[in-house]
Amino acid sequence: MYDVTIIGGGVCGAAVAMYLSKYDLKCCLLEKENDIAMSTTRANSGIVHAGYDPEPDTLMARLNVRGCELIEEICEQLNIPYKKCGSMVISFDSKDEAHLEELYERGIANGVRGMELINKEELLKREPNLANDVTGALYASSAAIVNPWRLCIGMAETAAKNGVEFYLDSEVTEIEKINGAFKVTAGGKTYETRFIINAAGLYADKIAALAGAQDFEIFASKGQYFLLDKTSSWLVNSVIFQCPTEKGKGVLISPTADGNIIVGPNAESNNERDDVSTTREGLDFVAQEAAKTSKLVDYRENIRSFSGLRANSDKKDFIIGESALCRHFINVAGIKSPGLSSSPAIGEYVIEILEDCGLIMTEKAEWSYPEAHICFAELSNEEKAEICKRNPKYGNIICRCNVVTEGEILDALDSSYIKPRTLDGIKRRTGTGMGRCQGGFCGVRVHEILCKYYGIDATEVLWDKNGSNIVAGKVGESND
Amino acid sequence: MTKHDIVIIGAGPAGLAAAVAAYEAGVKDILLLERDCEAGGILNQCIHNGFGLHRFGEELSGPEYAGKYIDMLKSTDVKLQLGTTVLNIENKIVSAVSEANGFEQFEAKAIILAMGCRERNRGPISVPGDRGKGVFTAGAAQRYLNIEGYLVGKKIVILGSGDIGLIMARRMTLEGAKVLAVSEIMPFTNGLSRNVAQCLEDFDIPLYLSHTVTKVIGKDSLEGIEISKVDENMKPIKGTEKYFECDTLLLSVGLVPENELTRQAGIDLDLRTRGASVGEDMQTSEEGVFACGNVLHVHDLVDYVSAESERAGRSAAKYVLGTAAAEKDGLNVNVGLNLGYTVPQRINRVNVEKGVDIFFRVRKKIRVGEIRVESNGEKIASFKREFLAPAEMEKITVPKVLLDKANGSITVSAIDLEEEAK
Repeated sequence: MYDVTIIGGGVCGAAVAMYLSKYDLKCCLLEKENDIAMSTTRANSGIVHAGYDPEPDTLMARLNVRGCELIEEICEQLNIPYKKCGSMVISFDSKDEAHLEELYERGIANGVRGMELINKEELLKREPNLANDVTGALYASSAAIVNPWRLCIGMAETAAKNGVEFYLDSEVTEIEKINGAFKVTAGGKTYETRFIINAAGLYADKIAALAGAQDFEIFASKGQYFLLDKTSSWLVNSVIFQCPTEKGKGVLISPTADGNIIVGPNAESNNERDDVSTTREGLDFVAQEAAKTSKLVDYRENIRSFSGLRANSDKKDFIIGESALCRHFINVAGIKSPGLSSSPAIGEYVIEILEDCGLIMTEKAEWSYPEAHICFAELSNEEKAEICKRNPKYGNIICRCNVVTEGEILDALDSSYIKPRTLDGIKRRTGTGMGRCQGGFCGVRVHEILCKYYGIDATEVLWDKNGSNIVAGKVGESND
Repeated sequence: MTKHDIVIIGAGPAGLAAAVAAYEAGVKDILLLERDCEAGGILNQCIHNGFGLHRFGEELSGPEYAGKYIDMLKSTDVKLQLGTTVLNIENKIVSAVSEANGFEQFEAKAIILAMGCRERNRGPISVPGDRGKGVFTAGAAQRYLNIEGYLVGKKIVILGSGDIGLIMARRMTLEGAKVLAVSEIMPFTNGLSRNVAQCLEDFDIPLYLSHTVTKVIGKDSLEGIEISKVDENMKPIKGTEKYFECDTLLLSVGLVPENELTRQAGIDLDLRTRGASVGEDMQTSEEGVFACGNVLHVHDLVDYVSAESERAGRSAAKYVLGTAAAEKDGLNVNVGLNLGYTVPQRINRVNVEKGVDIFFRVRKKIRVGEIRVESNGEKIASFKREFLAPAEMEKITVPKVLLDKANGSITVSAIDLEEEAK
């Protein structure tokens, strides 16, 4: 019998798992895909918002501001790409300026520190590549950028190291209530548990329905992006937002924690929950909106266009708490923006909720973060020389665009608690194939490493989700 | 830190030819760095023939062509270090890393950049649609097929009619895959005419000119591709969609010189070629740093890569031996009407003995044309050329006597004589 079972291995599920791992409890996490960080977590802007956007006295306001603090700490502990680059909400007219003042006031109410209203001259001094018709900005120094899937993986790894069990390829298909506990069927196995944390993202309403506890609905809202090569990194220094509208925070231009530039997203409501396609219209819209912010975006430098899905709900705020319809069933649902920014604070908050529900929480005497993995590209020449002596595999560069070594890939395989099994799994942990050639050169070499490590045939290696086998067959096999 | 007269980065066709030529020109202390586990570069996966007609007067496969240069290299004392990736170049110090030797630094009197190019992929052309597996660059699929021995798919659509795409259309067909279509956004093919004939026409593979991929379909793995006809502004025309059920989309949409090291080193790049800006001696904006082959500009034929790289090798040798002429009588080469680019971008006339070769590509198809060289508005040389196309690199040799008439700069243009007659 588990004390707590988390459904969903996105950034919220991982955060809950990490905080739960600090206590003497038997916990597990069930994820339907073959890896964690597979949906909303892996396709978003990667922004840690300062916290001036949400209405005061909402969960979103409180958890965003707290999350913003926690992420910095976690990223430092786990060597996750993170940069406190600050954000700008820019204005183009007096209406926008009034809006900036409103945001500033809201930020004060939410406890955001380090905000500043700046004029055009100051804005263009700090961000010289913006359009010339800007009139000023709200600057927030606490806003940051983070690699979102690395944050998720880092927190999940911490949880796994400290005893939380992770089950992949485990889609929850049934939730039964027996004697004050639950029997969860997932991936053909059953898990008995006293508490359920529903962190199923885009499918949280479906999971709630399985427990007879559906009192909200999730709507997938698609956002499309361009990701530009690192050669475009001169474009902006901080996250540049336009004034938010009722539709969302609008199209932003921002550096990413990995050194690229991201441009997007648009917002397409009522999208299918599994449709992450890009469209010409959507991308054209993003480019058109971004042109208001800067005329200097060069789309020939685009290395990848992608879409992500927001898990919006029919409620204004996050839906976090014990379900009114089902005892010991705790929703972490409708986690729209600023969800990533709030994620560790959500984890922390769920602990409080569980305590209120009567779960006895005893802190473990021993708890620690896993050892941070080496990032070869970040090392000094002396450190590079030293580490190659220790393990020559760090001298073998596999991904030339991002300078990722065989040593780092083997680390991701050998010393991970949740082992990557696919090409994309390696990419999410090490950054291979994330550069300008998009795996054109390194894909085949990572493929080979996976074959060797798992002792499998080349035809069995997956690119990403189950069924996405990279090669169709051996040369010379009879063809039908 | 070890010292060498010349350090060459990349042992593909460019680096190999440069090394051999520099050695023959009298420099004995040469280090050739290669990140792969063998020399030859991309030639090693190009198992089709058609290489070497110009350079060796015979038709060779890629590995055979590379083999000829590797043999030549073996007869020299050039030190070839494999499995070694260069991390950066700063003030003629090359930092590199390898599994065998760890982190190393080499100080060079001269450096030759020969890193080659990479394939343009889905990003820069923003092919819309699903995220599923099954979109490969043609070269990646070629590597899987010819080196690793695996087919990436069985039902193929190819976007772009670049040479690698055409070669792969034939190769995949021969291995039992079905190539359903080659879609090219331009109204003409982007590969060599001989490849269109031998790789598509001979195998009845349909070529759709003025068509592009408008949708990639397949959530986890590719299931189909939609192509549409484009108008004269290359915008897809609604209602012209064609659907192909397939498991693979191969991209052959151009090559990009791989100049990250060059850029980091602060060397001037030409926005047109996306390679370094060089003189007639292949020297970049940094003294003693030379560039050649596809890292400089994308070539159609490896034979021309070899010729250019031999020139770079000889120039680097001259530089090391102190026999190079100082820059004097410099001429800038400007890109005029209908031209995509030129290499070299400047000419040091003291280095020119009989004449100087200027390589270029035109930006549109010209049936009857004239390549005009002007200086200060005056025509100093003119060359008649027929059937010019962007897909084929062209060359003119401007004699020294004519070059001496120029002042400050020259401008090279391609005049469409048929259009002019109208």
